[in-house]
Amino acid sequence: MSNHRVAICGVGQTERYKTKLTCSLAGLVREAALNALADAGCEWSDIDALIIGKAPDMFEGVVMPEAYLAEALGGVNKPVIRVHTAGSVGGSTAIVAANHIKSGLFKRVLTVAFEKQSESNAHWALSPSMPFRPHFNSGAGGMFAPVIREYMRRSGAPEDVGCQVAVKDRLHAIKNPHAHLHLPDIDIDTVKNSPMLWEPTRFLESCPSSDGACAMVLAAESHADTSTHKPAWVHAMAMRSEPSFYPWREEVNPEASRACAKDLYAQAGITQPRKQLDMAEVYVPFSWFEPIWLESLGFAESGQGWRLTLEGATSRDQGGDIPWNCSGGVLSSNPIGASGMIRFAEAALQVRGMADQRQVEGAKRALGHAYGGHSQFFAMWIVGATKP
Amino acid sequence: MDIDLDPIEQFDAPIYHRYHATSSRAITPFLHAMKRGEILGHLSTATGKVLFPPLGACPESGEATHIPVILSDTGTVIGFTTVHLPIPGSKLVPPFTVANILLDGADQACSHLISECDIDEVAIGMRVLAVWRPAEVWNNSLENIEYFKPTGEPLVDIDALQQQCLAKAEQRKEAAKGGQDA
Repeated sequence: MSNHRVAICGVGQTERYKTKLTCSLAGLVREAALNALADAGCEWSDIDALIIGKAPDMFEGVVMPEAYLAEALGGVNKPVIRVHTAGSVGGSTAIVAANHIKSGLFKRVLTVAFEKQSESNAHWALSPSMPFRPHFNSGAGGMFAPVIREYMRRSGAPEDVGCQVAVKDRLHAIKNPHAHLHLPDIDIDTVKNSPMLWEPTRFLESCPSSDGACAMVLAAESHADTSTHKPAWVHAMAMRSEPSFYPWREEVNPEASRACAKDLYAQAGITQPRKQLDMAEVYVPFSWFEPIWLESLGFAESGQGWRLTLEGATSRDQGGDIPWNCSGGVLSSNPIGASGMIRFAEAALQVRGMADQRQVEGAKRALGHAYGGHSQFFAMWIVGATKP
Repeated sequence: MDIDLDPIEQFDAPIYHRYHATSSRAITPFLHAMKRGEILGHLSTATGKVLFPPLGACPESGEATHIPVILSDTGTVIGFTTVHLPIPGSKLVPPFTVANILLDGADQACSHLISECDIDEVAIGMRVLAVWRPAEVWNNSLENIEYFKPTGEPLVDIDALQQQCLAKAEQRKEAAKGGQDA
């Protein structure tokens, strides 16, 4: 396969990821796309192909939304591809789009991911009745709560760790005008006293239900100079998946997560992610997934991830050495299908120096991460300020 | 044209699906066994592990599986959560506890309800026993088991349990290989 460099020339997000009752799906994705085109200094006619991603169709009740949304996204008479890998789809979609540049097939690709959770109910959509089994699925929180409990058992981490992540990401979110939740008064006690939803996960340790879209314009090196803003460059990207269920499956630190990170770091020449990366946007929909992924992604030794959280190492506000989720993360905005792409896009904004109030000073290399399904789909990229 | 109209924020647009699932060759014996009150798993000869429910393929090796293994209706809780949130479309009234239960003889846990005990008593390593619905209503479904209840046996160390199960799987794998050689 050819190996062309991939530039991220434009990033666009919808205004704020809160419930939008006066905007259609088409309006939602178009807003993000227009913002990305403006950032990239491009027109619809400059785009060769459209790569759309979203999570399960039951989240809005629109089957094959890519067919209905193609016109709104300038896709008429262009290749339109839809990607689906559950919650990780925003990340996978960016990678599929980037590979279409990397291969030399296209010069400029518009990639868009979205979710409008207000149109359906994600708990319902994630709790289908299965043949020959009793019906007691209980949404994503119910699926992940036993994994969190198992992490707590193995690591012996203090009970406060999850609350601390919940506070840290919400305080980060105040500096992000796109964030759904702005909770400036949040503290450990507020989180602790919030209702238990899926033990041991509390209400404020969970992501909100959000509406929004995120878009990026990716370009080949030869076409990367249309914007007045400098582009970010893709240094590495990787995807892995594994079955939902198999005997003795490692659910806390899945094999696919470890393999994906290993591949990613090998491409970028990274051996010490905590030292060699300046920040990370990582998919943390429930607070305890910060220490879980800190370990799985090699930022901390096994069983030690929670110490980084407690020490403030992942907090931008506390001047931590490896800030995680300066945007406020999935805990502050969760338009599910878009959430992975937001992580990827926020990493790109950081290395372009365009993250405004949430900017990590001098960020040169950043990680974007997404996971989905039953912790079974993984998508990751590393972006840099300079060409790889 | 003047489009200065009141916005219509949301209107109901319900969607319903009714599926008719076709039972595969692998799952058919399992469904018949459920109706008799018997729980069937499948042996994967490639890994020596016992799969449950028996869907006809080993997720690790890709091998087709067909060798039935009768499982016990007792098991060990290896993970659980208590749900406090009502789930749309579900008949269950919160709070209820859903556990990943490893049936004795299986290598793969299944999800089921825990009842007849305080929520706070449920623990990783708890030994449980199936509570069956009356035989007259048994169908081709795991729903024949209404829930699991604690047996009162001491807690099990699940890390040790995993090592024991993996050791047994290794023996079954070797035995299957020996059978092929003979």
